Amino acid sequence: MAGCTPEAVPAGATGKKVKVAIDPVTRIEGHLKAEVEVKNGKVVDAKIFGGMFRGFETILKGRDPRDASQIVQRICGVCPTAHATASSLALDDAFGVKLTKNGRVSRNLILGANFLQSHILHFYHLAALDYVNGPDVAPFIPRYKNNDVRVDKATNAVGVDQYLEALDIRKVCHEMVALLGGKMPHVQGIVVGGTTEIPTREKLDAYAKRFKTVRQFIEEKYLPLVYLLAGPYGDLLKTGAGHKNCIAFGVFPMDDEGNTLLKAGAYTDGKDTPFDPEKIKEYVKYSYFEDGTTGLNPTEGKTVPDPEKESGYSFIKSPRFNDKPHEAGPLARMWITNPELSETGQKALGVKRVRDIGDAAFSILGRHIARAEETLLVARAVEQWLTEAEPGKETFVPADIPENAEGLGLTEAPRGALLHYIDIKDRIISNYQITSATIWNANPRDDMGVRGPMEEALIGVPVPDPENPVNVGRLIRSYDP
Amino acid sequence: MKEEQNSPEEHQESAKGSGGFSRRSFLKGLTGTAAGLGLSQIFNPALVSALEKGLENHPVVWIQGQGCTGCSVSLLNSVDPSIKKVLLDIISLQYHPTVMASEGETAIENLYRIAEAYKGKFSLVIEGAIPMAANGKYCVVGERGHHEITMLEMTKELGEKAGSVLAVGTCAAFGGIPAAKGNLTEATSVEGVFKKFSIKTPVINIPGCPSHPDWIVGTIAHLLTKGMPELDSYNCPVLFFGENIHENCPYLDYYEQDIYSRTLSDKKGCRMDVGCKGPDTYADCFRRKWNSGMNWCVENAVCIGCVNPGFPDSTAPFYESL
Repeated sequence: MAGCTPEAVPAGATGKKVKVAIDPVTRIEGHLKAEVEVKNGKVVDAKIFGGMFRGFETILKGRDPRDASQIVQRICGVCPTAHATASSLALDDAFGVKLTKNGRVSRNLILGANFLQSHILHFYHLAALDYVNGPDVAPFIPRYKNNDVRVDKATNAVGVDQYLEALDIRKVCHEMVALLGGKMPHVQGIVVGGTTEIPTREKLDAYAKRFKTVRQFIEEKYLPLVYLLAGPYGDLLKTGAGHKNCIAFGVFPMDDEGNTLLKAGAYTDGKDTPFDPEKIKEYVKYSYFEDGTTGLNPTEGKTVPDPEKESGYSFIKSPRFNDKPHEAGPLARMWITNPELSETGQKALGVKRVRDIGDAAFSILGRHIARAEETLLVARAVEQWLTEAEPGKETFVPADIPENAEGLGLTEAPRGALLHYIDIKDRIISNYQITSATIWNANPRDDMGVRGPMEEALIGVPVPDPENPVNVGRLIRSYDP
Repeated sequence: MKEEQNSPEEHQESAKGSGGFSRRSFLKGLTGTAAGLGLSQIFNPALVSALEKGLENHPVVWIQGQGCTGCSVSLLNSVDPSIKKVLLDIISLQYHPTVMASEGETAIENLYRIAEAYKGKFSLVIEGAIPMAANGKYCVVGERGHHEITMLEMTKELGEKAGSVLAVGTCAAFGGIPAAKGNLTEATSVEGVFKKFSIKTPVINIPGCPSHPDWIVGTIAHLLTKGMPELDSYNCPVLFFGENIHENCPYLDYYEQDIYSRTLSDKKGCRMDVGCKGPDTYADCFRRKWNSGMNWCVENAVCIGCVNPGFPDSTAPFYESL
């Protein structure tokens, strides 16, 4: 018995609409429900429900501004380093500090190792069970009766072996984060003014030694397996397009001028547009927040929950760029930056750059490919940062809390564009606003009635058997919510 | 600095060596690296053998409320035993939203089936706080027969049926960040909910933001083999939360000589002046360290007292001295 179907309507009946709910959607971070309407074996309407509110923005009010970079990490235990980075960038901006070169490189090494960890964890431990069967013990059973796993026995065994190996690899990535960041999850090392630990030769060597294992895994296991799935699951390159709008804020500063490894930008209705944070608005008509707070830029943002609101169906606000929904994440970043694909990728797809993949990039499998390709891209950059990091050189610039100041921090979490805004009055936080990655993807309809990116991407996704709506979960997880 | 722990490399080796995993290597892994960690008394051969046989009858159900999944991710960093061993051989993890294959009704039906079949026997792990405001609406964790299940409802129902409850992480143990000043959701700890609804099931608190994998695995192992561990007045295992960080700090000599770090990156001194909350904090991080022994908060920066019942309000501002 999977999915909840109204008794009167026979499941899968042609020509009739069937409502299918998945609650909880699992193997994600947080609480999400999906509800789709299926007609003739395809999704015709979709709603994504964000089921949790904690109120970080109100909790941050009145605190010492420096504490923000610790508190906000607790938003997400998979990508705390990204929140620490966004918060520290906002604080750097407000405090008026300029990082040392070693501080910038150290931050990249900490965030970079967590990108590798997060992407590997996502593919193997969150997504892979949509494509291969785990061992026949809990927590790998129960599974859908018909879970549409199409790989042969040998490939399945490879998948399971790699799932288990990846548990070690992602742990090693966390060791890399911890070497310079203190511990993981939730690092001590990323703070306003840089990082707290000046790297020693020993720690950099320990990092490099671990990185070598991780990089080898990415090249020899992760990337090839993702492309291998394109065989049996080739149809998943043709479904899950969504609005095809992308947004990225840029991440990993490569020099002191702020040029980033992955670029900031937007791609709207088939055209590239420069990114401008002022063009972001957050709508709340269908979110459990007071209607009076709709349509605000995060720098004027308010967080007033209204859990009983009649029109609400999600605790997620609906951010829009130029009033249009945009997806965030590895696909958005890779589409905007448009780097060359790996050799494995070029061989498998017969094209050179990310945009050469064309429409197929905007698909369930396309998002996995973009993520795997980005993992290698970041790994190559980590290699460069390791040569740039200087043992013994200062990574931290002390700075006093300003009396009154504002700061904006723009970066990327592994799962997408991340914005933190801080307003300091009388040396304490008077307003703090966070527009996080999954908010961009998993939001409900906006005030104009337009579906959020994940909702739109569900339209047309095949659900031949509403009792086993496998592709709905596959689509949602392709965003790594 | 005292070296009571294997070097990171040795630690790594023993983790890798446990790939095939005979019972002997499992034991070696546990006692070898656990010897200096205070875990050794939990694991003797007879008990481990019992542990492996007892699995079938002792499912673990892990639910999440207002949390960040950080404690689950931390559990994945378990070294000895490796998480592979934990998942496949040591615990029968019947429900875990981040890890399990199933979703939707398949998952929820299995959860309630296990809770009924192993009533009074299964261990319930709770990660995250439980919001009480608006009838629990601030955290919806699933649905059953078109009925929306809140974290509050699930905690009450499964809490009554469980044999024991582990509140993993500071959110579940004490409320943590969701329950900090400014929270609008009336985020509450597991014990807070149990007290309000007169639920008598014993609760073990394993705080930490996140909790250390050894604290989680060690407590579960103790529970499965020897029963309830000794608890302090906050219901935390004394084994892990009995020692003061400052008094055992490798940088205590600096303190005794009145040498203090001036900035966060200055490591030639006691970190008290830049905000370290070690003197107020009881946990064995100073010895156990984090992420296979790579580092820990005071070596890298400062302790922010994340295991404390009042965290974060009682230990903030984090970068001001006590």
